[in-house]
Amino acid sequence: MKEEYDIIVVGAGPAGSMAARFASEKGVSVLMLEKDRDVGYPVRCGEAISKAGVEEFIEPDERWITAHITKFSFIAPDNTEVTLQFDTEQEGYVLERRIFDYELAKTAVKEGAQILTRAYVNGLLFDDDKVAGVKYEHNGEQKELKAKIVIAADGVESRVGRWAGLTTHIDFRDMECCTQITAAEIPVAQDTLYFYFGKDIAPEGYFWVFPKGDNIANIGLGVSGMIGKKSSAISFLNNFMEKHYPGASVLTTIAGGVPSAITLDKISAPGIALVGDAARQVNPLSGGGIASGMIGASIAGTIAGDAIKMNKLDHLLTYDNAWRARLGKRHEIFNRIKEGIFNFSDEKFNNIAHSINKIPFEKRTLGRVFRTALLNQPSLLIDVAKVFIV
Amino acid sequence: MEYRQAKNSKLMIEILPDKCDFCGCCVGVCPEDAIELKEAEIFIIDERCTNCSKCIWSCPIEVIVFNKEGVVAK
Ligand SMILES: Cc1cc2nc3c(=O)[nH]c(=O)nc-3n(C[C@H](O)[C@H](O)[C@H](O)COP(=O)(O)OP(=O)(O)OC[C@H]3O[C@@H](n4cnc5c(N)ncnc54)[C@H](O)[C@@H]3O)c2cc1C
Ligand code: SF4
Ligand code: SF4
Repeated sequence: MKEEYDIIVVGAGPAGSMAARFASEKGVSVLMLEKDRDVGYPVRCGEAISKAGVEEFIEPDERWITAHITKFSFIAPDNTEVTLQFDTEQEGYVLERRIFDYELAKTAVKEGAQILTRAYVNGLLFDDDKVAGVKYEHNGEQKELKAKIVIAADGVESRVGRWAGLTTHIDFRDMECCTQITAAEIPVAQDTLYFYFGKDIAPEGYFWVFPKGDNIANIGLGVSGMIGKKSSAISFLNNFMEKHYPGASVLTTIAGGVPSAITLDKISAPGIALVGDAARQVNPLSGGGIASGMIGASIAGTIAGDAIKMNKLDHLLTYDNAWRARLGKRHEIFNRIKEGIFNFSDEKFNNIAHSINKIPFEKRTLGRVFRTALLNQPSLLIDVAKVFIV
Repeated sequence: MEYRQAKNSKLMIEILPDKCDFCGCCVGVCPEDAIELKEAEIFIIDERCTNCSKCIWSCPIEVIVFNKEGVVAK
């Protein structure tokens, strides 16, 4: 380890690793600090991602792909099932994130980044008002380490940004509070992602069953913190399992939070940038944050590396606009669509499912399904149109 | 009986550490940055907590409870 680094990245999830890798590519010194003893574990994720989301960053590898996805299946509250087949370019994967995250970290190390695990960051160092390093605990010892730039990739908790004066806490109504089990002997199609909707199933959120090969599946849900006032995610999960898979063998149970909102107002400040869940870069409609977090982090890493190379640390502040142009603006529209869908009654979900099922399977393109859904909710039309125009 | 003291009153929020999954959901919603979460250790920073209960509503597995009598200091 060095006495001082150009860049310190807090957190070694997908966003942290990509920030470290893209910064290292610029030839600056980078250290990642991760509080857990393993990179990539525990896994708090449904592990679904689009092919494009993976390919932008790493060559697909069967060692961390558990299922190849070609279909989506939506199950309405009255159990009407609507299945959609994807075009090849929209295909996706269910990952083994335990290995995937590890491989991502390796790509950062290959570019020259270093990693220290069991390093819990608990404060920042400042030089006047500029962030100038971190305080951290390692093996029971409190330490300090200077850096020209700190990149906060500390996930849903997002505390590092707060210490720099940014507002990062999320409204509890926008937090999708999740719990998931990974279970064996779940006999579902191994090429299909299943989504369940409805007030009794996952109000203000959705329930998922994602296959992982060999009839193993990630089964979980997220509900808004607003719902959590009355019933918690775990109570919905228990009901679902009782109804659909009583007695299933559970291999893992996890809890987790998905910040399903638009990106924070500010994701950079002098000497610091926020990436991934910490910046609230999750797609608020799907709750998917692996790909979008990696995209945000690659932008921040590149800009941070350039800022140091040019010896112009203010350059870091261009990150906000760069992110907004790439995905931030789009997420604002997704968020409005999400809010529209949250207000759907069970009856509306049922009606939409019935209308879509009237379209012959082979003609059920995403565009056509959208149009059918919109006939049931015209006010969403403008927002959806923007998704395609913007 | 000695009670733990929150920002403006007795502390009424209690995290049951033995049941916690250390997922960070409660930390993300806490407006006061009043929850400390290490690899497998969680606690409330008493003097910051306002007893607002947002952490309780967002815990997916019901690990945080409201104790209106106040949390007793150990
Ligand atoms: C139940 C659930 C299901 C999901 N399903 C999907 C899905 O199917 N597809 C999808 O794309 N996304 C999904 N997501 C979202 C996805 O998991 C996240 O968006 C993604 O992991 C974010 O990556 P990240 O690198 O920003 O944060 P993380 O992966 O959370 O990494 C943050 C890292 O920072 C470390 N850290 C935190 N604080 C500190 C500190 N103070 N010091 C040092 N280290 C610290 C943490 O230990 C962690 O390793 C799901 C999330 C949940 C909870
Ligand atoms: S009650 Fe409110 S202030 Fe206290 S820990 Fe929970 S969310 Fe934070
Ligand atoms: S939300 Fe619940 S399970 Fe998650 S860290 Fe907080 S108390 Fe623990």
